[in-house]
Amino acid sequence: MKNALSSMWQTLFGHPVRAFGVVSLLLLISLAIAPAKNHFSEWRHYQKQYLALIGNRGDAKTLELHFHNHDGIQQIWLPGLGVVDRCTTCHVGLKEASLADVSTQPFRRHPVIPHTLDQFGCVMCHRGQGPATTVEEAHRSTAAWEQPLLPARYVQSSCGQCHRAPLTGTPQLNLGRNLLARYGCVHCHTIKLPDGSAIKPTDDPPSLFHIADKSTREWIYAWLKDPQAYAITATMPNFKLSDLDARDISAFLIANSTPLAGDTAPATKDKDEKAPDPTAGASLYGGSFCSSCHAVQNAAGNVVGGDVGPELTRVGTKVKPEWLRAWLRNPRVYDPLTAMPHYRLTDPQVNLLTAFLGNKADADLLANVHLDAATPEQIAHGKLLVTEYGCASCHEIGGIKKPDNFAPELTRIGSKPLTQIIFLPGMEHSTPAYISAKIRQPRSFGAALKMPQYTFAPAQIDALTTALLALTDRAHDLPMALTVPAQPGSNYQPAGKAGQLMADLACFTCHAINGRGGDLAPDLTWEGSSVQRPWLQAFLKNPGTLRPALIRRMPKFNLSESEITELTDYIMAVYQTPAFDRDSMPSSGYASAQVEQGRQLFYSKYACQSCHIIDTKVDKGYIGPTLTQVGSRLTAAWIYHWLKDPQAMRPGAIEPNRNMNDEDARALTAFLMMQKGSNKQEAKK
Amino acid sequence: MFVNKMTKHWRTFFAVSLTLASAACTQKPEPASALKPLAFGAALVESSGGKQIGATGMVLAQSLVVQVSDEQGTAVTGALVEFSGPAGVSFDPRSGLTDSSGQLSTNLVLGSIAGRYQLTAHTPAKARKPVELKIEEIALGIQQQVGYQLDNKYCARCHNPESTAERVSNYDNLQVKPHPFTEGDALNKISDADLTSIISHGGPALNKSALMPPYGYTLSKTEIEALISYIRLISDPPYHASGMVYAQK
Repeated sequence: MKNALSSMWQTLFGHPVRAFGVVSLLLLISLAIAPAKNHFSEWRHYQKQYLALIGNRGDAKTLELHFHNHDGIQQIWLPGLGVVDRCTTCHVGLKEASLADVSTQPFRRHPVIPHTLDQFGCVMCHRGQGPATTVEEAHRSTAAWEQPLLPARYVQSSCGQCHRAPLTGTPQLNLGRNLLARYGCVHCHTIKLPDGSAIKPTDDPPSLFHIADKSTREWIYAWLKDPQAYAITATMPNFKLSDLDARDISAFLIANSTPLAGDTAPATKDKDEKAPDPTAGASLYGGSFCSSCHAVQNAAGNVVGGDVGPELTRVGTKVKPEWLRAWLRNPRVYDPLTAMPHYRLTDPQVNLLTAFLGNKADADLLANVHLDAATPEQIAHGKLLVTEYGCASCHEIGGIKKPDNFAPELTRIGSKPLTQIIFLPGMEHSTPAYISAKIRQPRSFGAALKMPQYTFAPAQIDALTTALLALTDRAHDLPMALTVPAQPGSNYQPAGKAGQLMADLACFTCHAINGRGGDLAPDLTWEGSSVQRPWLQAFLKNPGTLRPALIRRMPKFNLSESEITELTDYIMAVYQTPAFDRDSMPSSGYASAQVEQGRQLFYSKYACQSCHIIDTKVDKGYIGPTLTQVGSRLTAAWIYHWLKDPQAMRPGAIEPNRNMNDEDARALTAFLMMQKGSNKQEAKK
Repeated sequence: MFVNKMTKHWRTFFAVSLTLASAACTQKPEPASALKPLAFGAALVESSGGKQIGATGMVLAQSLVVQVSDEQGTAVTGALVEFSGPAGVSFDPRSGLTDSSGQLSTNLVLGSIAGRYQLTAHTPAKARKPVELKIEEIALGIQQQVGYQLDNKYCARCHNPESTAERVSNYDNLQVKPHPFTEGDALNKISDADLTSIISHGGPALNKSALMPPYGYTLSKTEIEALISYIRLISDPPYHASGMVYAQK
């Protein structure tokens, strides 16, 4: 061995000239390493492939020209955003519209998005390591760089870093944000937004102060064990309580409940009252448009109805009739802030509805629930459990304070370092995988964890994960100038007696006024400029629907004359647009030639009959409001301004802006104002 | 590894057109499924979840449910069903045994290119070739997603003959019937420029019915582009851009 080595040494360095040659050769080789490494680098390999790809195409010249202006390592540097992206080094064809047919990465064209690469770079949306120049380092996490590429299914979360308001192109993100508020996630988890505000819950978990007046202990027990067994749409999660724990919590809640004056009403039996027609309850339920807000699951298993109020499929099993009676009479006694309007129902009507809803019962639900009288130990244990599970985070419970920060804050969850996350064995080590697993099955991370089990569909879990992944360090550290803020919330409150009346009738549950309220029904901000007083009075007395194809409708509240006058006065006086004077155009007396011209325009040039009905015998437009009596409903000035620019009158209106000239708008207004309707028939519609 | 494979086969890879249905990029079902069928069926039908419009790379809102039945049409429990689709599509689960109602449900994530995805479900049958079922789903990119939302808000009331619980269709009430957006036979012949013109200036711009109102003062140029790109994507038969064709030399 030693001999072999020394003979080799002799061969290589035995002679000074030979030694010089060998050393020179070694030097040359070592010098060549750097350029060779460069030459064989991954990105150069991709660029060569790209050239081969485009060389074969009809538009090779143009593409090659684009490429040769930009070969070598590419970089998008945006100091303001902290972006240093070299992705375009390999992803060469991102901007080439003609590569639409290429489906192989990294040469695919980027899909059309509202932003350009040069404005935002790549990692803003896709995450990953921008400055890296190898596939592995750019896309996956390494010890030094731990931000892996964001899977495509969550990519909308990146939009949410800057865009705080809902975007048309990001339904998944919008849904996720909605679910965070609607499923009450933020009752336990604080989520502070970059503008300093916090996400507010939009669910309204009922107060449990007087629960014993409303429900039985047996129902509470069954509900605690499995809320979705009672109502498939229930948003209350399943806490996977043991039988004993459910027994003790129900014992505590009943024992802790205090009676409230007026929230129960004994059955009143009028001697003269005949046994009601069995269909009367159903028709009162239908006629009061309860289903605009409440859903019922039908025999086929479909949930039919609105989702503003709770599902009523088995409500007869849940509530006591004496409570329901009082609730229907005036829900504001039990819950002053409920979204339910105070219908002015008569006693027979209340009885009818109570009986009808009482029949919506499911005996199976409580068939196996047998609870003995609660002992003080059970009640004490129940109280302990209620505190431990943080029930008071969502529900008001007598004697228990709402805990602060009951669950970890999620303000920056999208940037949570991987090193701080405990993954389950076999789980992919990434933030999205962790978040979605946690939402899917919280207790799989430990049986002792308190987070309950929700019933989300896979698309909902992805939506929630997307919304949470938007809460990154970057989102919080962006300069305000670069963000698109959300519409500020409004706490507009109408004044005086009318204001109280509107609160009592829960107008804001469906209608929006001055930025506050729901979107189930038209925005009323400028209602006073829009409608004529007599029509409004008649409508409040007997609301109909203006759109024949509409399913959700305004209920009839049985308002008194003085209440109607109060509301009408307020709406006509206060809800006026500053844009024009509602009395600036006459309501009748238009020249017949102008009216005729309007008719022509209506039916031929503008073809309004595709969406509206003037003549019920001929026209079939079922999209916009029926216009048979529009001349007694709307003011001429409103019609005129609406025709000129519908979106200016009501943002988001679907009637297209026709860029109508003045003459046409006036003639159409004249024609429409002549549509007074025949009183009796129209009142029915 | 991926790199090597690409160098070797890049010609084949690049030949793959946007038509995702092409067999070239269809994933082969996983070799040797661990599941053993307990029973065999004779027919495979889609129960729900087909023809959905989803988004690229995202899980579809509804699960895909297929049902296996025998010659008499009775549901078969314990039949093996395997799903397959183009590259990028993932199924959860990819295969499984049917439940007591003969059904198997899977959650679907479509690939990252906008387009139509042809998927296949198959179940082995006794002494015959496996029964196959073709299912189609559509993935929208961000641009088409915007178009889809605009369609829902402005167009679908007339252009979609189907009514939903939330939206009653006006299609049947119109004297001149609008083209449903899936009607490729008619719409594929209209150029992008002409579609833009009809949407912006209404039907009369192309000597068509005035029942189609102009939206040029309501929608932005970007929105109209998004709408057209959505219409092109959902068209059946599929739309192929005319004009310059960048075919291989």
